Amino acid sequence: MRIANANGDGQDCGRVIDAVLSRHQRDATRLMQILREIQEELDWLSPQTLTAIAEGLKLPRAKVEGVAGFYHFFHSEPKGRYRVLWSDNITDRMLGNADLMARMCKKLWLRPGEVSEDQLVSVDTTSCTGMCDQGPAMLVNYRPLTRMTPERVDKVVDLIRHKVPLDEWPAEYFVVEDNIRRKDALLGNDLAPGDALRAMRGPAEMLEAIKASGLRGRGGAGFSTGQKWEFCRNAVGTGAHGAHYVVCNADEGEPGTFKDRVLLSAHADLVFEGMTVAAYVIGAKKGLVYLRGEYRYLLDKLNAVLEKRRADKLLGKSILGQTGFDFDIEVHLGAGAYICGEETALLESLEGHRGVPRKRPPFPVTSGYLGQPTAVNNVETLASAALIAAKGAAWYKSIGTAKSSGTKVLSISGDCARPGIYEYPYGVTVSQVLADCGAIDTQACQIAGASGLCIAPGEFGRRIAFEDIPTGGSFMIFDNTRDMFEVARNFVHFFVDESCGFCTPCRVGTTLLKNVMDKIHDGHGGEYDIGDAQRVIKTLKTASHCGLGQTAGNCVADTLQKFRPSYELRLTVREFEPAFDLDKALSKMREVTGRDDPGAHFHIAHRKSKSGVGAKAGDVS
Amino acid sequence: MNAAAPTKRKLKVATTSLAGCFGCHMSFLDIDERILDLVELVEFDRSPITDIKHCSPDCDLGIIEGGVCNAENVHVLQEFRKNCKILIAMGACAINGGLPAQRNSLDIRDILAAVYARPGRGVHIPNDPEIPLLLNEVHPLHEVVKIDYFLPGCPPSGDAIWKFLTDLLAGRTPILGHGLIHYD
Repeated sequence: MRIANANGDGQDCGRVIDAVLSRHQRDATRLMQILREIQEELDWLSPQTLTAIAEGLKLPRAKVEGVAGFYHFFHSEPKGRYRVLWSDNITDRMLGNADLMARMCKKLWLRPGEVSEDQLVSVDTTSCTGMCDQGPAMLVNYRPLTRMTPERVDKVVDLIRHKVPLDEWPAEYFVVEDNIRRKDALLGNDLAPGDALRAMRGPAEMLEAIKASGLRGRGGAGFSTGQKWEFCRNAVGTGAHGAHYVVCNADEGEPGTFKDRVLLSAHADLVFEGMTVAAYVIGAKKGLVYLRGEYRYLLDKLNAVLEKRRADKLLGKSILGQTGFDFDIEVHLGAGAYICGEETALLESLEGHRGVPRKRPPFPVTSGYLGQPTAVNNVETLASAALIAAKGAAWYKSIGTAKSSGTKVLSISGDCARPGIYEYPYGVTVSQVLADCGAIDTQACQIAGASGLCIAPGEFGRRIAFEDIPTGGSFMIFDNTRDMFEVARNFVHFFVDESCGFCTPCRVGTTLLKNVMDKIHDGHGGEYDIGDAQRVIKTLKTASHCGLGQTAGNCVADTLQKFRPSYELRLTVREFEPAFDLDKALSKMREVTGRDDPGAHFHIAHRKSKSGVGAKAGDVS
Repeated sequence: MNAAAPTKRKLKVATTSLAGCFGCHMSFLDIDERILDLVELVEFDRSPITDIKHCSPDCDLGIIEGGVCNAENVHVLQEFRKNCKILIAMGACAINGGLPAQRNSLDIRDILAAVYARPGRGVHIPNDPEIPLLLNEVHPLHEVVKIDYFLPGCPPSGDAIWKFLTDLLAGRTPILGHGLIHYD
């Protein structure tokens, strides 16, 4: 039960805070979960709440406020009883989310980002929520609503106005489809829970099998899973609490990716089984799933699967009756921070800190969660590991290509007849994928998300594989009607929102790049600005602390190379144009002084020196 | 082999302060006696140092302190851009808007109404064609004209300005480096 006015009743607040803190044994490393659970009860994190949490955890208050301030889904000011966040990925844009959001705001008499005067509702945007195959999507109090239409928007507005509790909203609004369109070895598996574990013959043998299978990380980087586990297994835990950990990275925030959501929804057992296989190999007693905040709705279901596995002796003490094989899994929730998909930022977040990437080395395999040896693996990697445990390395190695064994699950969205989940053996060509999902007149594919690669039709013969195009699974399709400049601009805005702010090249560079893109968009761009963008991209790539900044300019670099006219058509002919309309910049003073003489305008002098776009044919400059 | 380098023509330098505090110009004077070396290399055109009112059409360097806060600033900046081969934004205000840009979070109409309110006698905002109109917001130079070089600092030290100018005059891309731009 939510407490409508958190400030109204200090005693109730105190009780809620105390209960949550006790549930987490006042353990400061659990700060993320504590903040989330308290916010779920109290609607927002008031200054008093933050103080009480800091005192309860014996942390400096600034630390608690720092963590609360870092994550998009924590708010230290009221955001209304209903917090509506529209997913603003390019795929949502293409499905018309902007009009729908405008419609909602108009009906609620709200401006985006503002809270209504009666503190009832706020409407804003958020980064991709992983519902790209069933958008436009939005979150209401962090629960996903899919396939929004004008009618649905109107209904939702009514429900909010009448203060109907979310649990009483029509269930069909919250339906999230799996949309599995093509199954292969992984999604088509016929394994029952425990099959993989029962097939294992000792940790060393299992490790050898993983190495022999050629399994590589499915997050996109493609590091050898066997090697990672071997490093981790050989590393020694330190201190009194020395231990090994398995962490499942389920923070898929890359715009356009949603395959981990489907794996966790349709094959949770296999993922948990993969974690258990990893634990068996490296000698871990505890595993953590870092589930992105956008997938909060999966939490209860996942916990139920875990409970069932405990009952079936597939988790807990003496798994399958094997003495000493103890392992359990806990699901942690993120709170809306793309950067936490980076494994060291994820570990920081798991420990209750701001999600700022660590320096590497040391790598997580030797110094990960709580400084202990930790194997951090992608959801799909772990599920594949379970498959290998059950079916053998040789079989797995026979699928795919020489350097990319096995299959890849792709999240397909954008301009195609059948968006959804497609699993292929590695080595499939882009054109094959496009044909299968019913894409026509395709002018570009953005593969591996906003930080990935944008390819044009001449490259559609390329293959999805570590040898050619590696990907975490995001595959967004753009047909001939789309404006690739706008695609890049959307991604650039995304990186501004998601930069963690730790290093200057990324924090400032992403904003500078956004400013250039917005300037070009607003019709003030010249050739100079394209050069400017390229200079910023170079700095981002070479000077940023982590992959976020290093790849944030890729979308602009790729589209400048392959879709340059989409930029050039927006440029003014002059080499340089001011970033804003000079004459409009005097509007308020004209209003205040009542002046309208030529001296109160720029446009006369301005127009004279201007030629090209904007000037009519025949204008003599 | 030993032919003397051709006598170099003195480069023409123009300077001005827009929405700045003249602190950068003061810092410029901190190059102290090196100004004697400098005048061997350059001649000053429009500048507070010479009190020349307009740029010659053949200036080489334009050095500008301060951001752009009013219509006159725009005209002066455009004049510099038109007449100088190389334009340098000097100091925090020129590069970012600086202190004057703190007003950007407020509406200029509200600011004027508050500043020119006289108790009991209403609001009288000065209004004369001689007084330049304020822009809605304060802008850094590069949002109005193309800027070729940026010399950061609040103000940049005399040594930084000296290094920057001597690099530039010698044809080198200025690099300030440790002690002049970063200190860690």
